[in-house]
Amino acid sequence: MFGYIVRRLGLMLITLFGISVVIFFLLRIVPGNIVDILFDAAGFVDPADKANLERELGIDQPLVFQYLHWINGLLHGDLGYSYVSEKPALQEILPRIPITARLAAFALLFSASIGIPLGVLSAVYQGSKLDYALRVVSLSGLSLPSFWLGLLILMAGVAMFGSIPIFNPNPQTLGEMFSTYCLPSLAVAFRSSALTMRITRSSMLEVLRQDYIRTARAKGASERSVNFHHALKNAILPVITVIGIEAAFLIGGLIVTETVFNVPGIARFLVEAIRWRDYPIVQNLVMLIAVVVVSANFIVDMLYAVFDPRIRYTD
Amino acid sequence: MRSVRAFAAAILCLPAICGVALAADQPKSGGILRMYHRDSPGSASIHEGATYSLNVPFMPVFNNLVLYDQHIAQNSLDDIRPELAESWSWSDDKKKLTFKLRQGVKWHDGKPFTSADVKCTFDMLMGKSQQKFRQNPRKSWYNEVEDVTVKGDFEASFNLKRPQPSLLALLASGYTPIYPCHVSPAEMRTHPIGTGPFKFVEFKANESIKLTKNPDYWKKGLPYLDGIEYTIIPNRSTAILAFVAGKFDVTFPTHITIPLLKDVKSQAPSAVCVTAPTNVSTNIIVNSSAPPFDSLDIRRALALALDRKAFIQILFEGQADAGGTMLPAPDGLWAMPKDMLESIPGYGPDVNANREEAKKLMQKAGYGPDKHLAVKVSTRNLAEYRDPAVILIDQLKSIYIDGELDVVDTAQWFPKVARKDYSLGLNLTGNAVDDPDQSFYENYSCGSERNYTNYCNKEIEKLFDQQSAETDLDKRKKLVWDIDKKLQEDVARPIIFHARAATCWQPYVKGITVMVNSSYNGYRYEDVWMDK
Repeated sequence: MFGYIVRRLGLMLITLFGISVVIFFLLRIVPGNIVDILFDAAGFVDPADKANLERELGIDQPLVFQYLHWINGLLHGDLGYSYVSEKPALQEILPRIPITARLAAFALLFSASIGIPLGVLSAVYQGSKLDYALRVVSLSGLSLPSFWLGLLILMAGVAMFGSIPIFNPNPQTLGEMFSTYCLPSLAVAFRSSALTMRITRSSMLEVLRQDYIRTARAKGASERSVNFHHALKNAILPVITVIGIEAAFLIGGLIVTETVFNVPGIARFLVEAIRWRDYPIVQNLVMLIAVVVVSANFIVDMLYAVFDPRIRYTD
Repeated sequence: MRSVRAFAAAILCLPAICGVALAADQPKSGGILRMYHRDSPGSASIHEGATYSLNVPFMPVFNNLVLYDQHIAQNSLDDIRPELAESWSWSDDKKKLTFKLRQGVKWHDGKPFTSADVKCTFDMLMGKSQQKFRQNPRKSWYNEVEDVTVKGDFEASFNLKRPQPSLLALLASGYTPIYPCHVSPAEMRTHPIGTGPFKFVEFKANESIKLTKNPDYWKKGLPYLDGIEYTIIPNRSTAILAFVAGKFDVTFPTHITIPLLKDVKSQAPSAVCVTAPTNVSTNIIVNSSAPPFDSLDIRRALALALDRKAFIQILFEGQADAGGTMLPAPDGLWAMPKDMLESIPGYGPDVNANREEAKKLMQKAGYGPDKHLAVKVSTRNLAEYRDPAVILIDQLKSIYIDGELDVVDTAQWFPKVARKDYSLGLNLTGNAVDDPDQSFYENYSCGSERNYTNYCNKEIEKLFDQQSAETDLDKRKKLVWDIDKKLQEDVARPIIFHARAATCWQPYVKGITVMVNSSYNGYRYEDVWMDK
C-alpha cells in the first residue's frame, strides 16, 4: 500500500509538471498580452513606452526563460506579482481561496446530502409517484443552467423578502451566513445533486437485485438495514467517483455562481485575470486548481479502499 | 366660519411648514454613500486610465486646477470653476495661461501642495519628467503646451506654442487631476494620494473600493458624506437587482440602458432616474486603404444606406440622437444646426431615396442584385457593439452588401483595428470633453493612433488647427460645423447615433448632477449628501 501511495504521488508530480507546461504555453498562444490590452485600450501608443513596460514585466524574454523563471519562483514560494494590481500574486490569491473553498465544500456537502438519500428513495420506491417526482426534479437539475437558477434565487430574494442575497464579506447573523454561502452553493449543488441522485438510483437498483440482498431480507433484516447497510454500502463506489469528478468540475460552475452572487472568490478572479492576460495570476491559479483536481482524484482512489474492503492496492 | 378658521390655521402653520421644508433642504453630514461599480478598474491612477471606470471612484480623491461646475449639467467654458487654482488669466496673445494657486492646501499625507506639484503633473503628462507613467493616454491633449513654468510656490503658467482656448476645457476634465510630486506613479496606481474631499482607504480588485472623508479638506464644511464605498459587481442583472433591493444608494453612472430603465422604475418606483447622453458615438469604421472600401463610391453608398431612426428605435426606444462627430444639440455645444445636418448625404429623412442613390453608386462600382459584395463586419464582443452591428448588417443587405458578423475578443479589438486588420467595423467612440480639439485630433488627424480608418486630409488638418486657435467662440463654432460636415461627407467615420443611458439613485440622495455632455467629469461628490 505504501509503495502504491508513493508511486501515485510520483505520478501526480509528473502530471502537475505536464499541466504547468500546457498552461504556460497555452496562455502565450492566446493573442494579446497585458501590455497590448493596457495600451491599445488607451490609444496614443508610443512604441518605446510599450517596449519599456514589456521589459519591466519580463514578457520580452524568451518563453523558455520565462517558464523556468516561473517554476523556479513557484518552487521557492514566490508566485510573482500581479501585472494589474502590482501586488504579490500570493497576496491576491490567498484571501480568495477560503471563500471559494467554503462555497465548494458547501456545494459538495449539499450535493451528497441531497443526492444520495433521494437517489436511495427513488430506487427503493422504483415506479412509484415519488420516484417519478424525484426523477423530474433530477432532470430539471441537470437541465437548469446554474446562472439562471442563481438569478432566480436573487430575484426571489428581492421580490419576497426585499433583500438581495449577494456576498457579504462580514456576515454577522446566521441568516447572513446562510445567504452568503449557502444560497450560492445551492445554486451550484442543484445540478450536481441531480447527477449524484441519478447515479445513486441506478447503482442502488443494480445492487437491490443482487442475491445477497434477498438473503439479507430472508434473514429478517429490516428494510432500513437492507437499504442503507447492505445495499448503499455496495452501491456507493460509482457515487464517490462521480462526486470526485464533480469536485473537479465545480470550479466551472463556481465561475458563473460567483459572478451572479458577486462572490469575490478565485473562480471569478481567474476569469478577470484571463481577461487582463495577468499571467502570474492565471498560471498560479490554474496550477492551484490542477493540484486540487489531482489531489481529489487521489483521495477518491484512497476512499475506494475505505468503503470497499475488497479493494487492496498492492505495492 | 369653519373655512375662515381653517384659513387662519393654515396661515399660522405656514412658517412651520416652510421651516420643515427648508430644514429638509439643508444638507446633512454623515453616512456612507454606497454605489456599485460596473467593473474592476486596472489601477487607481486616473492619468493612466482611458475609461470612466477610473474617474468615477477616484475623482473624489483629487482636485484639478479648475473643474466644471459640478451642478451644471452641461459642461462649457463659461462654467469652469477654480479648484486648486484661485484664479486664472490669459496673456494678451493668448499663448500663456497663468494660474494663481490656493495656499494652505495639504495632500492627504500631510505634505503641502505647491506649484511644483502642478509642474510635476504636467511634465509627466507631456513625457518630460524622469518619472514616467506606465501608460499616458492623453499625452496628445498637451501637444500645444511648450512647457509649464512656476513662479514661487503659488503660481504656475502654461506656455503654449499657439493659442488654444480649449486648453482650459481639457484642464477642467475629471481626467486632469493634480498629482503630488513626492508620490511615484507606481504608488499612485495602488494607493493614490490627493488633495480632494475623500481619502483613499483601499482597493480590492474585483471586490470593492473604499474612500473616507478628508477631515482637513480645504473647503471648510465639506464633504458631507463620511465616505463612499463602491462594490464591484460586473454582472449587470445582479447589480440592478441589488439597487432595487436598496443595497445601494446610487447605480454606477449611465449604467442603466433605456430598455432596463423600465424595469428599474417599475421595481423601484421611488428611485430618481436621469437619462442623459453619454457622449459616446456608435460609428462605422471603414478601412479606406484596402479594397473594397478604398472606393469613395462604396463608402458613400454605405453612408447612404443607414437608417439611423431604426437603430435608435430598436436599441433605445427612440431615446438616442442622430448627429455628426460632435454631440447633438441641445446637450452638445458644438453640434451642427439641424438643416445643415440634414443636407449631408444619408442624413435626409427619406431613407428609401437615400438607398436608391446608394444602389446606383454600388452598381457604378460593379455590384448589383446578381453580384453582392461580401464583407466581414468586425466588432467587439460586447452587447453595445454587437447589437448595432447586427442591425447594420441587416440594413446593408438593401444595397447589395452581404455582411458577416466577425465578433472579436474584447482584448483583441483595439490591436486589430489599430493594425488596420479589418475591412468594415462597428466601433464606439467616447469623448471625455465636449470639445472639438479632443475629438478631431484624436480620431481624424493624420497619423493619430486612434484614427482607425486611415482617413487623412491635409486640408481638413489645417482647419483643425484653425478652429483650435480661434478665440472667437462663434467663429470657432462655424468652423467646427464645416469640419464636421466635411468629415461626414468624406465618410471618414460615419456616425450612426449618439447613445443615452440613465443613472438612478434613491430619493434620499441629494446633490447629484448628471452631466449631459460628458460621462467623465461629474464625480467629485464633495457636496453630495443623504437625507436620512
